[in-house]
Amino acid sequence: MTGKRFWSWLAVAFGGLYFLLPLVGMFDFSMRMQRGAYSFEAYRVVLADPQFQQTFGYSVVLALLTIVLGILIVVPTAYFVRLRFPGLRPVIEFITLLPLVIPPIVIVFGYIRIYNTSSILPLTGSWWGTNILLLFGYVMLSLPYMYRSVDTGLRTIDIASLTEAAQSLGAGWARILTVVILPNVFVSVLSGAFLTFAIVIGEYVFAALLNVDSFGPYMVWMGGNRAYEPSALAVIAFAITWACMGLIQLFTSFSKFSTVRR
Amino acid sequence: MTTSAVSLPASLRPRQVLSWFGVAPFFLFALLFLILPTLNIVVGAFRNAQGQATLENLGKLFSPSIQSAFWISIELSLLTAVLGCIFGFLIAAAITLGDLPRPLRNAILTFSGVASNFAGVPLAFAFIATLGRLGFVTMLLRHWFGINLYGSGFSIVSFLGLALTYLYFQIPLMVLIITPALDGLRREWREAAESLGASGFQYWRLVALPVLWPSLLGTLALLFANAFGAVATAIALTGSSLSIAPIVLFAQIRGDVLNDPHLGYAIAFAMIVLTAIANGIYILLRMRAERWVK
Repeated sequence: MTGKRFWSWLAVAFGGLYFLLPLVGMFDFSMRMQRGAYSFEAYRVVLADPQFQQTFGYSVVLALLTIVLGILIVVPTAYFVRLRFPGLRPVIEFITLLPLVIPPIVIVFGYIRIYNTSSILPLTGSWWGTNILLLFGYVMLSLPYMYRSVDTGLRTIDIASLTEAAQSLGAGWARILTVVILPNVFVSVLSGAFLTFAIVIGEYVFAALLNVDSFGPYMVWMGGNRAYEPSALAVIAFAITWACMGLIQLFTSFSKFSTVRR
Repeated sequence: MTTSAVSLPASLRPRQVLSWFGVAPFFLFALLFLILPTLNIVVGAFRNAQGQATLENLGKLFSPSIQSAFWISIELSLLTAVLGCIFGFLIAAAITLGDLPRPLRNAILTFSGVASNFAGVPLAFAFIATLGRLGFVTMLLRHWFGINLYGSGFSIVSFLGLALTYLYFQIPLMVLIITPALDGLRREWREAAESLGASGFQYWRLVALPVLWPSLLGTLALLFANAFGAVATAIALTGSSLSIAPIVLFAQIRGDVLNDPHLGYAIAFAMIVLTAIANGIYILLRMRAERWVK
């Protein structure tokens, strides 16, 4: 089967070339800010830029809030649907798939129309309102990933028995969810959370159309006005995506290991 | 939440009512931030400025500039979906059926997970740094091989450039979706075909491809929708010089240009229809595919 192996290596080699060259390209470009020498000058300039610190910090906080709010909405829903309303599952699954079906730009257009200053709920009129709208928008964007992760996690544990056991010991719903269910699906929640982080941190369309100065619009602005810094930003963004995916892999393989041992 | 339900027997009604409070926030959230905004756009597409029902807005979609923007979008999405499917399939076939070392397979799958999420603004920057006027590969070709890429008419800010960039997230997505399907091809099927005298080509044409067909077509539809909704990559790459449907809509929303928000509604509605059809095909074919590959 040497022929087969040869063609496989060829396919992987071509794929590798296509996928690695842009990474090499952006890294190479990010190092060329000083004439005639490789240096981390572009990174130094970017990291020292107060605009970068501000927008990046803002996006990190927003991503973390998105994760918290997402967990608060998704975990109880997925839990109660599995425990009490199995009939609702198709409906919920359909809804959580919608953010993948409807282009995000259309949804944010809807936000601007519904929550504008002349509406009943004028969220876009104030700083707080806009931020809350953006936060809910990001929770909506992350819904497919968050729900899928949590639901997969719930499938692997016996929630009916756990709930009954907790109830017989006198636990209320809030307690069951936070002390019994959440720790058991923690790894699934984490993988949903990291994916959410990777998506939210550099998001552009929502932020730009709601006029929020987050990391995404900052990157686009840099792209239009600077030469080398955008590549440094791209390397940083790629590292973040890579870290998020790596952490997901790490946690899921760790959980497989621990369930096997159990 | 309350603890009052704890002492009650398991089958009592108030518990059921309480459970509704657990799912109510989800429905409220979905209604306010997903369903109502979308409905608003859909209804708006069929109304004029005075609030009367009309088809006039949809008619404006057929003006030459809007029509050509949609065509470019459709061509771009279709081209990157087809190429993404082909190349993604080849890579997936190489790592599942090609006797490659196991660690390589895992590395490629992990990388696919990263690359399929590495879309948007940073991806555009990576391609500008690589194939832009002063990009890494552009310079490499000029200095080592004497090929003047930009002299030959290529530009990263073009249809071709955008397609090359989109493939960076299309191919990995295909690899991620089709690898499990290829894993599902049973060794026995191949052995059965071979024992009946089938060649490798006959096995693929008569056994493997018919089984994989729904997965392949379904993923094609998904990749189409994936490319069609991508806005950030296109804007960061081309500014707004290339007029594709999502960029036209972006400009409409941003400036509220042409003092006609209803044209925006119509463009948005057409985008929903196209991606909904593509996703609908995906879901239908996916269900068919799962009959076989399990």
